[in-house]
Amino acid sequence: MHNENKKPTQLLELVTAITRGNIKVIDLTMTLDRKVPTIVLPPELGQSWPFRMEEISKYNEKGPATYWNNFSCGEHTGTHFDAPIHWISGKDLPNNSTDTIEPEKFIAHACVVDCCREAEKNPDYLLTIDDVCSWEKTYGKIPPRSWLLMRTDWSMKKTPEEYLNLDDEGAHTPGPHEELIPWLIDERDVIGFGCEDVGTDAGQASNFKTPMPCHHLMHGRGRFGLPALTNLDKLPAQGTVIITPPLKIRQGSGSPVRVLALIEE
Amino acid sequence: MTTPLSKPKRKDPTKRTRIPSLPPGKRSREAHGLTAMAAVGRFALQVCNECQKVQYPPRQICSNCLNDKLFWRDVNNGGKLLAETKLQHSNDTYFRDRIPWRLGIVIADAGPSIVAHLGEDCIRDQRVRMSLSIDRAGNAVITARPEKPTQLEEDDVQLREMAFNPKDRRVLIVDGKTELGLRIAENMVAAGARDVFVGSAEPWRSSSYLDKINDLERTSIYSLDVTDTESVKELASMIGDKVEILVNNSYHLRMGGLVDKFDINTAHDEMEIHYHGLMRLAAFFGPIMKLRSADGPHGASAWLNVLSAYALINNPDLATYSASQAAALSLSQCLRSEMAAGGIRVLNAFTGPIEDEWQQIAPPPKLIPDTVAKRIIKGLQDGKEDIIIGAVAEEICARIAENAKEIERTIKL
Repeated sequence: MHNENKKPTQLLELVTAITRGNIKVIDLTMTLDRKVPTIVLPPELGQSWPFRMEEISKYNEKGPATYWNNFSCGEHTGTHFDAPIHWISGKDLPNNSTDTIEPEKFIAHACVVDCCREAEKNPDYLLTIDDVCSWEKTYGKIPPRSWLLMRTDWSMKKTPEEYLNLDDEGAHTPGPHEELIPWLIDERDVIGFGCEDVGTDAGQASNFKTPMPCHHLMHGRGRFGLPALTNLDKLPAQGTVIITPPLKIRQGSGSPVRVLALIEE
Repeated sequence: MTTPLSKPKRKDPTKRTRIPSLPPGKRSREAHGLTAMAAVGRFALQVCNECQKVQYPPRQICSNCLNDKLFWRDVNNGGKLLAETKLQHSNDTYFRDRIPWRLGIVIADAGPSIVAHLGEDCIRDQRVRMSLSIDRAGNAVITARPEKPTQLEEDDVQLREMAFNPKDRRVLIVDGKTELGLRIAENMVAAGARDVFVGSAEPWRSSSYLDKINDLERTSIYSLDVTDTESVKELASMIGDKVEILVNNSYHLRMGGLVDKFDINTAHDEMEIHYHGLMRLAAFFGPIMKLRSADGPHGASAWLNVLSAYALINNPDLATYSASQAAALSLSQCLRSEMAAGGIRVLNAFTGPIEDEWQQIAPPPKLIPDTVAKRIIKGLQDGKEDIIIGAVAEEICARIAENAKEIERTIKL
């Protein structure tokens, strides 16, 4: 029940701070257009659609007063949210799809770990427990129910070829070490893992002892993924709040998502 | 000797582009029997069932015995050139733009006297060989050339109007990431194409075939994704006015049936690449090619779609693929009609199973891509409209013509 006499001071302060610029809103989302590269899977498997848009009308005979489009894409095209139902390990968990995840989970604190130098030297770089502990020494312990975002500046790659970085052994993109994932869940109670490249797992992750650990182990424990982020270079190591609601698709495994980051100046 | 083609010159940008016109277009229903024969490169005329007289021009009843059972049969295409003339004047816009134009009367070995378009090297009283060719209006005409092929006869001006030798022409190959795309490119270069433009989608996906195309001379690779409207529009705006022959070899084949394999995603991709892709190419390359169909010796001339013979009859092992090919075929017929109005011919090549990774377990006989490519080039050089490639495709066409129900029952054994 609302108390009509009590003003929502915290919320009003938040909105005022945003208007004043004391709290900045940073867009961590890649623009959805036909050039967004889609994840490459073996051709005999089902394929995820690229983003395509077809005009319905543009102030013309198809619709004199209107401009609008139909679009198509996969649930995992562009900057997107991975729900636990996306992976076989999370298929039976409660509240595991985009329409059933509790909405409060879509607003959370995020820690940003800078791996730019390492990723530039080694595209197969894996973030380890030691790396994170070392980061914590400088920036503090990861608070519970935080996102761990791995910054690599991968979103700044200039061409789709460089972004996907494929050779005849598959993709070479950075990601989390398979031992990091259970540690993040058990020792730090993270809400999920985010990164800048096309998937939360490293490009070579299907060859790990636990294949695709970020998907298998995160989703298996009801946590989320947030790949293809941008602008992580604008965020502090600690203190960012990110807003990540996927589309409310019935039994959705994910969807393109507008990720907004709030930072205090 | 035939006047050799002049070396291609760049177009003078200050000169106006010649507007396309068409030769006279109306033909009777019987006359379109010639068109059907010309489309597949046969020299066939009506033969009376009763008295065996060979008829020309096409008619409803025998000119000899008035019997009405006339059947199209392959006949001897040889003859003797009785008389010849050079047209110096015409009231018809198409021929006015192309005079002088040689015509002659051939006494065909098969019997009739035939008014034919004459190649440059024909000499009166000498023997000639005749072909059924399709003119710019889409109708069959008879062309004659000397019995023994002469030097550079492929450069003959009339032949360049009715056939599409890649020699000195600029060609666009839509998909350079398949082996067939590579072999078409190689064979185009070998046939003397002036420029070969090759399309490539999904730049992050490597292709050994595209890498080899990159090493060919007179070849350039462009970004082209037929599933992406903007991509097709963009390339057409860049090179649309340079394309003389467009080869649409878009290809996406996955094996599978219908009732026991429900896969809308794959069917969607097949339709996007074969059907909607053709729509996009037509919308953005069609108009500019039509505008340039009379643009001198290096104007736009032909559009060729590489289709499967299963466009003609569904193969249940390739259910949605066959259906997407049928959709493309239907659309190509509209394309043919619309492009013909602008003087551009639409050709379809129908192939049987090809020896490639996606048809790996299809039983032989299968065609190797190089063979398909060579037959495509030959079909273009001959000016055929329906190029039936390989034993499987030929058999499918023959059996459909004979009894479509029979092949429907037996195609999947």
